[in-house]
Amino acid sequence: MTMIAYVNDALPLIGQAVASFIAAAAFGVLFQVPKRTLLPCGLTGMVGWLTYVLLDRRMDAVPATLVAALLVTVAAQLFARTYRIPVIVFSVAGIIPLVPGGVAYDAMRSVVENRYDESLPLAAKAFMMSGAIAIGLVLSEVVNQLLLPKVKTAKHEEPQP
Amino acid sequence: MSEEEARYSWEQVTEVCLLAGKIMMQNGGETYRVEDTMMRIAAAYGKDNSHSYVTPTGILFAIDGGAPGTRLIRISERSNDLRKVTLVNDVSRRISRGELTPSEACALLKDIDGKPPVYRPLPQVAAATLSSGCFLLMFNGTAADIVPSAIAGGAGFTALVLFHRYVPAKLFAELLAAVVVGAIACLSVSIGIGHELDRIIIGAVMPLVPGLLLTNAVRDLMAGHLVSGLSKGAEAFLTAFTIGTGIAFVLSMYYS
Repeated sequence: MTMIAYVNDALPLIGQAVASFIAAAAFGVLFQVPKRTLLPCGLTGMVGWLTYVLLDRRMDAVPATLVAALLVTVAAQLFARTYRIPVIVFSVAGIIPLVPGGVAYDAMRSVVENRYDESLPLAAKAFMMSGAIAIGLVLSEVVNQLLLPKVKTAKHEEPQP
Repeated sequence: MSEEEARYSWEQVTEVCLLAGKIMMQNGGETYRVEDTMMRIAAAYGKDNSHSYVTPTGILFAIDGGAPGTRLIRISERSNDLRKVTLVNDVSRRISRGELTPSEACALLKDIDGKPPVYRPLPQVAAATLSSGCFLLMFNGTAADIVPSAIAGGAGFTALVLFHRYVPAKLFAELLAAVVVGAIACLSVSIGIGHELDRIIIGAVMPLVPGLLLTNAVRDLMAGHLVSGLSKGAEAFLTAFTIGTGIAFVLSMYYS
């Protein structure tokens, strides 16, 4: 691939990056996250969505969702450690764009238009994508727990009052 | 240790643990975090063996040893306020460091419980509007459709907040909000402002999607909290199904 092709490939990505950043940060507002975490929430969403968009061109949507969810949780864990804030604050904003809303919608619309045979594969795909999100979430958590030593309760380390 | 136990009665410690657990669970904390927090608080006050059983609708808490009772607290309403989860987490950290007595902790937690949300409804509606517009772009919609999608998303969220204020059943409020989203999207297409109906609806419906519930359900299931995982999953599924029904209703009217 030449340089120009790379640039052409990357340009729409900038728009996607900006859109996903704003969308994830806005979802932070909907979930009432603390104000200082809005920026990292947006970044987590951007990481997940850019991964998904890039992988979706080369492979099926299900593995792409899996990898994106994995990276979202890794980013969320990192932010949670730096800000000392529950990981859910970051992971929920990052996961939202990956939820297969479009596929689920298409499945629902096929049902409404009495095309039941077309709706089944779509519903199955939506189900698989939500499963991929779940596995991605859990996988990185397991890795995190295996790699990093568990935080001990402070009680045993500090002198009794 | 025995000195600690003499200092704080089990009633005081249980009170703090239950209050902390209740606030976290009501505002969207994960089950395992709630259980962990309650047991850490108890341990910091010298009650080493405690048991907490947390479900989305109620919390049971008991301390081993001399404590004569198990206590139950009922959770009837749940919402999303992750700042409160964060604040309770901070309080629990301070308790673990030995900085707070049970009565101080109790006062702090009650203060947290009564706090108003960080973002009032107006900024929330603005956020829903913005995110709907952005989601349209992310799902490869045309730039001309951003405005109708944003309006439909904002109106849908406003409808959710307003209906939920007057109708106690959350599912019904969600159904009506989905109908509002669908109606505005169809209207925008038929008067020529919007172009791709499907993408407008998908973008506008995103603020209603039960994302926090879904994420929490999965994490709970994987962590072995089968009861809370399944019930949260059921709530998420019901919400998603309700939204789908609302949209389907409008679409079938539109196409007929």
